Amino acid sequence: MTMILPRTTVTEEDWLQAVDRLAAGKCTLLGLWGDDGCVHMALLTGSDIAVLTYVCKVGTYPSVGARHPAAIRLERAIGSLFGFEAVGSPDTRPWLDLGFWDVKRPLGAQKPAREPTPYTFLPAEGEALHQIPVGPVHAGIIEPGHFRFTANGEHVVRLEQRLGYVHKGIESLMRGASLEQAAKLAARTSGDSTAAYSLAFAQAVEAAVEVKVPPRAVYLRALMAELERLANHFGDIGAICNDASFALMHAQTGILRERTLRAAQACFGHRLMMDAVVPGGVARDIAADGPSAVAALVAEVRKVFPRLIELYDSTASLQDRTVTTGIAKPEYAKSFGAGGYVGRASGRDFDARRAPGYAPYTELSFEVPVLQDGDVNARVWIRIREVDESLKLIDQILERLPAGAIAVPVEANGGTREGLALIEAFRGDVLVYVRLGEDGRIERCHLRDASWFQWPLLEVAIEGNIVADFPLCNKSFNCSYSGHDL
Amino acid sequence: MRKTLLESLTRGPLTEPAPPPDQAALAELAQSVDRAARARLGRSLSIREVDAGSCNGCELEIHALSNAFYDLERLGLRFVASPRHADVLLVTGPVTKNMREALLRTYNATPDPKWVVAVGACAADGGVFAGSYAVAGGVKDVVPVDLHIRGCPPSPTELLKGLLAVLTSANEKAHGG
Ligand code: SF4
Repeated sequence: MTMILPRTTVTEEDWLQAVDRLAAGKCTLLGLWGDDGCVHMALLTGSDIAVLTYVCKVGTYPSVGARHPAAIRLERAIGSLFGFEAVGSPDTRPWLDLGFWDVKRPLGAQKPAREPTPYTFLPAEGEALHQIPVGPVHAGIIEPGHFRFTANGEHVVRLEQRLGYVHKGIESLMRGASLEQAAKLAARTSGDSTAAYSLAFAQAVEAAVEVKVPPRAVYLRALMAELERLANHFGDIGAICNDASFALMHAQTGILRERTLRAAQACFGHRLMMDAVVPGGVARDIAADGPSAVAALVAEVRKVFPRLIELYDSTASLQDRTVTTGIAKPEYAKSFGAGGYVGRASGRDFDARRAPGYAPYTELSFEVPVLQDGDVNARVWIRIREVDESLKLIDQILERLPAGAIAVPVEANGGTREGLALIEAFRGDVLVYVRLGEDGRIERCHLRDASWFQWPLLEVAIEGNIVADFPLCNKSFNCSYSGHDL
Repeated sequence: MRKTLLESLTRGPLTEPAPPPDQAALAELAQSVDRAARARLGRSLSIREVDAGSCNGCELEIHALSNAFYDLERLGLRFVASPRHADVLLVTGPVTKNMREALLRTYNATPDPKWVVAVGACAADGGVFAGSYAVAGGVKDVVPVDLHIRGCPPSPTELLKGLLAVLTSANEKAHGG
């Protein structure tokens, strides 16, 4: 989905009315971010996207989080990055700013940071309760983040996350960047979703400058996106099983993942396909032997994967760990607008490829699996079914791959223009807002990872589970730290 | 039933008719890493990975070192959970200001002699993230670095080559050179 923005600047009354609608579950929050002197809120109603702007005349805006918890962290981030205050917010503690920067509100009216303000975790009350702080550096090869468990014996009573350790200041680096630099930054927002991010950024730019991408590029982009989805789903399924003490599956899916990356390398010259999607099209055409490499991969997966699924399904010790563990309730998935396998495993029937939808998916046939259980097992099964759907999509893409140009030039200069895109990454929907200045450089670019609306669900999903099941639950969510921290 | 399933699995993907062209070179490289590790340290090489601000792309390829194609474990190279058991710190990412302290702590907790390998373009000098208010710089701006492995991200083969190189250069350090 891409749109050329008619953003609407709204009155306080309209803003609050939107908050009402969010609180009543009549629409879904897609994003809430700061800008020069204002905040923007993106909403999804049915398959329509609307963007509202509230001008922060005195540096404040009416809190969305006060009535709609999904907005709370976004508001805290706006507070830390821009300094705008969400009036009425239940939680005004900083977010992303962990007290190590030299500046306060780096994207707003900057001021030097003096002493870091101490951070207060939520209090743990009750006799038998104890706290277990974990991280930021963890035992395995995973991204850094801090988790504070309040436990009663073995059971988690509450989890509180503190994130921001890999905050790189991407949105500040975006300001004034050329299109080329900005595309590189977008591609490195979350490396596991590099193709999806490049695509989201490119589509937002193309919407802004009203450029139409050649059909061949549209199909090649989708091929990249589906290869990326496959590689990540293989990796995740294996890693989840590994955390459930079933290493054999990990070894097998690791092979499939590696084969997928090698196919990507054969097609596009890079295992992760970094910088392969650029505004206007794709950076290079698929290699002559690319389609046959992909076809071989698809055949191999079709041969091996069903046996792995059978194995998953018939291993009682595995099912013991994954079934009913880490349940994310459907009502939370809905109200947080949790995307990807997290949302779809908890009954939220949403996939940005289908609706709002974008080319070429609008011309291809695929199903969007949805389950209701919301446990680790359901999140595994959504991925399993999505592997099948990606294979079907790849068949169709190879079959129909149009001939012709792979890119058109993008003339960015010529007045301020803005665009928005919503792309389905393997983990869920990525929202990108971009505004280009007179000089064709980036004035503002905001990238909202799916993880923003998934991390908070993990906090609730782990409640009542044993502490030892946290790695498994965490893996089944596989939220991005980097994509969230920016 | 279950047995056949397992057998067919192992037969399936692992017996490739012909290894991809780089597979032989890869095996050779991996073996020399192993030999080097044992010669220098008299045992396998323990690696602690630290994400100091990466986009997570580098982590994906470091993970890949453990898959059946590269099979780090088989070669006596292993990832360890604690810096206290590590010979090598494999550090990725531009070092964010928010991670600088944690990286320093990890470095200080790693016993001497130790080697720091900076992985990826970001770890070299901050990469595309250099100059941000939130980035301290490359790894060398925070802790001493013995070797840089370039790439965005470096491929598993490049990572193995780098590990071999660090072992070679580590010789002097380990034997008082
Ligand atoms: S070098 Fe590339 S892959 Fe590695 S952290 Fe930096 S941007 Fe990500």
